[in-house]
Amino acid sequence: MATTLPFSKEIYNLLYASHGESLKSCIQCGTCSGTCPVVEFMDQTPRRLIGMINADMKEEVLACNTYWFCASCYHCTVRCPSQIDIAEVMYAVKRYTIWHKEHKKDLVGPDFSEAWVRTIVNSGRSYEPILAPTYMFHFGPKEFFQEALTATNLVLKGRIPVLPPRIKRLEQFKKVIRKIIPVGGSS
Amino acid sequence: MKQYAYFPGCSLEKIALSYDKSSKESAKSLGVELKELEDWNCCGATTYFHVDQLLANTLVARNLAIAEKAGLDLVAPCSACYKNAFFTNKYMKEDPELADHINYALEEDDLHFNGSINVWHLIDVFADEIGMEAIKEKVTKPLEGLKVAAYYGCQIVRPRKNGENVEDPHFFEDLMSAIGTQPVDFATRLRCCGGSLIMTSREAALDMVQKILQNAVDNQADVIATACPLCQINLECYQAQVNEEFGKNYSMPVLYFTQLMGLALGVPPKRLGFGKEFVSVMPFLSPYLAKEAK
Repeated sequence: MATTLPFSKEIYNLLYASHGESLKSCIQCGTCSGTCPVVEFMDQTPRRLIGMINADMKEEVLACNTYWFCASCYHCTVRCPSQIDIAEVMYAVKRYTIWHKEHKKDLVGPDFSEAWVRTIVNSGRSYEPILAPTYMFHFGPKEFFQEALTATNLVLKGRIPVLPPRIKRLEQFKKVIRKIIPVGGSS
Repeated sequence: MKQYAYFPGCSLEKIALSYDKSSKESAKSLGVELKELEDWNCCGATTYFHVDQLLANTLVARNLAIAEKAGLDLVAPCSACYKNAFFTNKYMKEDPELADHINYALEEDDLHFNGSINVWHLIDVFADEIGMEAIKEKVTKPLEGLKVAAYYGCQIVRPRKNGENVEDPHFFEDLMSAIGTQPVDFATRLRCCGGSLIMTSREAALDMVQKILQNAVDNQADVIATACPLCQINLECYQAQVNEEFGKNYSMPVLYFTQLMGLALGVPPKRLGFGKEFVSVMPFLSPYLAKEAK
């Protein structure tokens, strides 16, 4: 399927649950880009990203960091005059790049998300210390030191649990997941 | 006593323990019991939805089904947990095929989603369900003179859930006024704290935090009040890194709104989780805490 459909159609198909208007209704007004609090750190603005998806510019879309820098604040979503749920579009493209293992190099987001989901599938609860390696090693020496200091303070203040928490009915929980994702994998 | 199925979420187990304690205590003093949801699982924050939407909805639905079994509405103090639970509940109610598919999986844990309950953020329970007038009546130690920057962040108000005012809400300020504090003008109150970008895109997140802190300082706020654990962590625990990166000297306490409510409602401070802060609250709260000691 992926080989026969144009890129824009593949992304539209991933938006089945977004309950918003289709990306095709974008009028390129730029309200999203003007609203976005992270826009200055993005390779392409949200407005351009939508334009690029609609123009089937697959390679360019997959090469940019835009959606992985979306913090899911939904400010663009509530302001879009065409009622496009733009934050959900960002989610859809994130999923696309994870499934196809095609995303910009040196991004932390994809590894972090996959590690998080693995943690939850295995224990039912999230646990910060397990997630730290997915981003700590992307840091330079200064940031690494700063983060270690913050983590130490959290431990000293009693804000990090010593043992990873887990739910009680873990076996049943895993069976629920296997029924939804029959291949048994989370990533 | 009115009861809710309380979904604390992973953060409140430890990193935001003071939010957990102060939520339960303030609710109790207003005649509301937050009954912890039995064997709840992580709501997935934003990350499940990056990987698989159906799996994400299923794991959220497990919590909803447990709340339904208890016959109680679900209340979440964390904005991300709230957003996920609210929309999964809404989508499954609207889409019987999605509900059937997920129910087929939930059978494995002897659970079923019927769509019989509503989902609330904790601040909705205070602002709408209990209401400002009832709160004012119960305040015994109004925090007079305390200047509070009421920080909404994102997911309480966005995306729009029940037709609420997403551009200029005022329920948080109203709540802070009801307990005697003085809410300050705070233009960045609806701007994002960076969320999980603090882990994945550090430079961007610190920039976002800096803008919010600067705006609170410019408006002479004594403290920032939050209603989300991730906002609290980003704005407070990373303040030292912001200071280093931007050559600033911020020392802005960031408290959960429930801690301030608890104080005003006469709950002893030690039951509200004070003492776990990175940035000391004493310069501004000592007058109110001292009153308590007498």
